[in-house]
Amino acid sequence: MRLSSKQSTLLVLAALMIISPFFFPSNYYYRVGSLVFVNAIAVVGIVILTGYAGQISLGHAGFVGIGGYACALLPVHLGVPPALAVVLGAVLSGAVAYGVGRPILRLKGYYLAVASLGFGVLVAMVLANEGWLTGGPDGIKVPDPGLRALLESLGITLTNPQFWYAFCGLVLFVGAWLALNLHDSPTGRALRALHGSEVAARTAGVDVAKAKLNAFVISAVYASVAGSLLALQNRLITPDVAGFMHSIELVTMAVLGGAGSVLGGIFGAALLTLLPQVLTVLQDYEHVVLGLVMMLVMIFLPAGLIPSARRLLRGRGE
Amino acid sequence: MSLLQVEGLGISFGGVKAVNDVSFALDTGRIVSVIGPNGAGKTTLFNMISGVYLPKSGKVLLDGEDVTGLRPDLLAGRGMSRTFQNLQIFHEMSVLENVIVGFHMHERGPVLSDLLGLPGSRRRSRAAAEGARVLLERVGLERAAEREAGALSYGALKRLEIARALAAGPRVLLLDEPAAGCNAVETEEIDRLICEVARTGVAILLVEHDMKLVMRLSDTIVVLDHGEKIAEGDPAVVSRNPKVIEAYLGAGTTEALHAHG
Repeated sequence: MRLSSKQSTLLVLAALMIISPFFFPSNYYYRVGSLVFVNAIAVVGIVILTGYAGQISLGHAGFVGIGGYACALLPVHLGVPPALAVVLGAVLSGAVAYGVGRPILRLKGYYLAVASLGFGVLVAMVLANEGWLTGGPDGIKVPDPGLRALLESLGITLTNPQFWYAFCGLVLFVGAWLALNLHDSPTGRALRALHGSEVAARTAGVDVAKAKLNAFVISAVYASVAGSLLALQNRLITPDVAGFMHSIELVTMAVLGGAGSVLGGIFGAALLTLLPQVLTVLQDYEHVVLGLVMMLVMIFLPAGLIPSARRLLRGRGE
Repeated sequence: MSLLQVEGLGISFGGVKAVNDVSFALDTGRIVSVIGPNGAGKTTLFNMISGVYLPKSGKVLLDGEDVTGLRPDLLAGRGMSRTFQNLQIFHEMSVLENVIVGFHMHERGPVLSDLLGLPGSRRRSRAAAEGARVLLERVGLERAAEREAGALSYGALKRLEIARALAAGPRVLLLDEPAAGCNAVETEEIDRLICEVARTGVAILLVEHDMKLVMRLSDTIVVLDHGEKIAEGDPAVVSRNPKVIEAYLGAGTTEALHAHG
């Protein structure tokens, strides 16, 4: 039986997640791996928004911040269990995205990029300045969700990095599965259609403003969950996760790997998370090399790494 | 009462009247063509009827209901569909997917169901795909179904657009220069397709420069010049109308009229 592209993507993803640890020389690599997964979760959301629907958000780190601080603040102030805080953070992010997106997405053009940019900056500033609540620029401690202890009581013993590697990997896998479902569903087709031609999508009966809003809200939830997982595994969250640079990083990861493809987005996230780890050798030149890599990819492989590679393979196959 | 009635439609851009006081009617299964020299306001008229522009004056009635300036997606829901002069294809999607999008109003459902890939969502997708394959066969593109739409020839894309427009199950179909840029064979195919569609009871409004096509297909021709309707009637009458010949003389395309005449 021939595998659908959804099945093969999920298979490749699962295989990489399971096989990689066999090559990890130390526990530290689990930690890097789970960071890759966390970024990839947010980037899969960007793939839906930018890759499918063609909309650009320059403030998605704001939702990462909301998700992260939800896990820090809700358990302490409202006595909510951390696991539930992840869900509440996602709901809040979705609601905020709806509130920000609804008036903006009725307009044509680049309003979303500008408005989301403002939104992201606002969130980062509030988190940094309202020290009485958020701990200010130094960040705030995040309580232990107790999931690892739960597993231990069931007889599964994992080191802390191993646990987060597995857990974030699982969430990423589910996130990728959802995004792939969406791709070939009526909703996903409507998004890709309006990306291609808004006027034609509209004529086909697509409520373009509503469709864009759907994509924006969904992608905000992905970013929020990523922020929550980051906060929970670091046991600390700082305002710079909501910063402008982080928003740009997320978009770059998606575009580098290939914004239209889920696997591409994940690959981009992996690459841009790992590259700085490798490039510490070149410390001072890290940003130079990073910028150079991006420029070369954009010039020679504008569709992004994974779609370009796929096209190349297909071309050879025929 | 006609299926589509256009009453005194007008619009200005920067003080210039692009279309002024144009009225006509279109019935089920009939083909009405709008012709006129370049810049006569044909596409502008189309854009007003299909909800892309909001007219400054006049009304569009669909089945007796006022639909003037209604959003295109809502118009689609009421049974009005269109194609575009400058192709509006979803290039990155497959040929089949392009037509499936045309079924959007039938296949759309809860977003959550689509995210989770629930059976209901897959059933809706499957039904739309089946319908799309039937339409692709009808326009002769069934063998290109899985190809990327951007890879098709110009004439094939024109037919793809018609298939997508038909997917919505329109009662009124607006075709904006369906044969423009097509060679003789492709024009022949589009000619046949339009006749077939009209026979199934769809009212067709056509803007087209190919006069042979227009004269052969149309039940009624509406002639625009400088945004005003200067003539209306069946092809034989319109092609002998001195005002029409004059308008075309100015634009230097009389040979087309004479060729038929």
